[in-house]
Amino acid sequence: MSAELIGSARIAKRFADLKAEGRAGLAAFITAGDPDIKTSSAILKQLPDAGADIIELGMPFSDPMADGPAVQASSQRALDNGASMIKTLDMVRIFRQGDSVTPIILMGYFNPVYVYGVEKFVADAAEAGVDGFIIVDLPPEESEMREPVENAGLSFIYLATPTTDDERLPTVVEHASGFIYYVSVTGVTGTSSAATADIETALARLRRHSDLPITVGFGIRTAEQAAEIGKHAEAIAVGSAFVNKVAENLNEDGTAKDSCADAVLDLVREISSGLT
Amino acid sequence: MNQLNTYMDGPDEDGHFGIFGGRYVAETLMPLILEVERAYNEAKTDEAFQAELKGYLKNYVGRPSPLYFAERLTNKLGGAKVYFKREDLNHTGAHKVNNCMGQILLARKMGKKRVIAETGAGMHGVATATVCALFDIPCTIYMGTTDIDRQSPNVSRMKMLGAEIVPVTSGTGTLKDAMNDALRDWVANVETTYYLIGTVAGPHPYPAMVRDFQAVIGEETRAQIMEHEGRLPDSVIACIGGGSNAMGLFYPFLDDEVRIIAVEASGEGIETGKHAASLNAGAPGVLHGNRTFLLQNEDGQIIDAHSVSAGLDYPGIGPEHAWLHDIGRAEYVSITDKEAIDAFQVCTRLEGIIPALESAHAIAHTIKIAGSLAKDHVMVLNMSGRGDKDMDSISAYLERNS
Repeated sequence: MSAELIGSARIAKRFADLKAEGRAGLAAFITAGDPDIKTSSAILKQLPDAGADIIELGMPFSDPMADGPAVQASSQRALDNGASMIKTLDMVRIFRQGDSVTPIILMGYFNPVYVYGVEKFVADAAEAGVDGFIIVDLPPEESEMREPVENAGLSFIYLATPTTDDERLPTVVEHASGFIYYVSVTGVTGTSSAATADIETALARLRRHSDLPITVGFGIRTAEQAAEIGKHAEAIAVGSAFVNKVAENLNEDGTAKDSCADAVLDLVREISSGLT
Repeated sequence: MNQLNTYMDGPDEDGHFGIFGGRYVAETLMPLILEVERAYNEAKTDEAFQAELKGYLKNYVGRPSPLYFAERLTNKLGGAKVYFKREDLNHTGAHKVNNCMGQILLARKMGKKRVIAETGAGMHGVATATVCALFDIPCTIYMGTTDIDRQSPNVSRMKMLGAEIVPVTSGTGTLKDAMNDALRDWVANVETTYYLIGTVAGPHPYPAMVRDFQAVIGEETRAQIMEHEGRLPDSVIACIGGGSNAMGLFYPFLDDEVRIIAVEASGEGIETGKHAASLNAGAPGVLHGNRTFLLQNEDGQIIDAHSVSAGLDYPGIGPEHAWLHDIGRAEYVSITDKEAIDAFQVCTRLEGIIPALESAHAIAHTIKIAGSLAKDHVMVLNMSGRGDKDMDSISAYLERNS
């Protein structure tokens, strides 16, 4: 039996497998603890079977400035129902008991990490089974988290955007690991969608600067869009569409309906089915 | 231990004041932030730009603003000689226009076609709408719904000036939430749009740039107090939300033997949890592009601020203030809603000057300490704005608490 791959190696293995299968992967985003820890844990557990190749687990934050209304609301639901950084790591720990191959990327904002303590958080996250981080408000210029993450053998994933021009791209990709997350629109999550032709051009430009796999996100919400963009990228990321499914399956008092987890997972299945 | 030669050379080239400041923004904004920094660095040494700014400040804003000896207040307090730096007499009624005039010229220089801004009390919104009218640039102002309710005269003024007001319902509908939505707008419209931040916060270069545009307050004060007293003041005092009027007054005095006092809003009292005292009751964190002191819980979630004064109702503070607090160069004290309202009434009746509720916090602390200071102690208070906008809030407060 081979040793379990963790951190950057688990991410690399997943992308190698996807390449061997000749298809793009689905990076599925959900907010940890949305709408409550129990439902969210149930969704998390079943995401790989439903077709998620990579999991982006959102760390709820009170002021998600780069997110649109859908993710913002999901963050608030989670916080209102007792989500916390410690509980997010607990969710990962429990997930790892049943899955050692699906990479988990924690995605969020820096303040909760900073307040937890960067070194301690990275150590606790590594121990829980986290493989990488996307911290939206830590551009390469604010690099205080990168080194602890690298030293722990995990990936610090950088975002490239349509405004990241050729002059700036080397700065962004220089220390990137895991994959590059290409934000395909100038805007917040869950709003407009980019034209495939623009994405193609942008990816060609990115590939001149980096050999890392590219995950394309922002504005992808249907199986058709996923299939189309999946022809050009190693993975596509979907988030707002899934958290919207959570929002659509709540009782009037904000608690989850019985249908909540399945509604999210059905959409994961539908979108992943296009990635062949 | 090494002593600093100067307190005036911050921030470093990456925008840090000690451990505070920085550029904590999404990648989409990073190239634009760097562009703003380049443009601002050029403007600083561009004589034509500086001359144009100076001209507008003199002939349009009405600078220099007077330095007024508040004799009746001084006599009543029986101690320090209190001067008011009359920023309330500027066009649009507050210090905010100093910064707006500087930044609108920069936005024009950068070829930006649209301006966005956040506002709390509405004074920054009005000042932004004003300069946008002057230069015929479309402008969108983000304002929390709570603030729209309590500062309705300013909402009318902004609309009259041609600004589009976007009501922000998230959070408590105050300044923090307005800033979140302004940032979201900026990310979506980054090519065309200039974000005109109203205080000494946000990502670098904003804290330094806004300070520089507001430093005219302190520079004039230095010259004016020499005329009145033949020497520098013993102390300077200002209210502080984000901290732009305070930084503008303080900055030119940082290297002098001048006591510096900033007054935070402690709302209903720090012990009640309903306050806006980021330095007195917050902890370091990262929000809105900079590291600074924030009101937050143990999990790093931001807590909503509270103050009767909309302009101070913000859970953070400019990073340079966080640094000055950390190194002990300035004192950061706090004043409650009640103390501010009392001071508002004292100032109005004694001096015939209706101060903004924000400025009333600085007056309240002056009332607290002036009596115990020597009669030759010269104190300059920044009368950062006028209080016409606050009439409804004050009447409502007095009715609730009568």
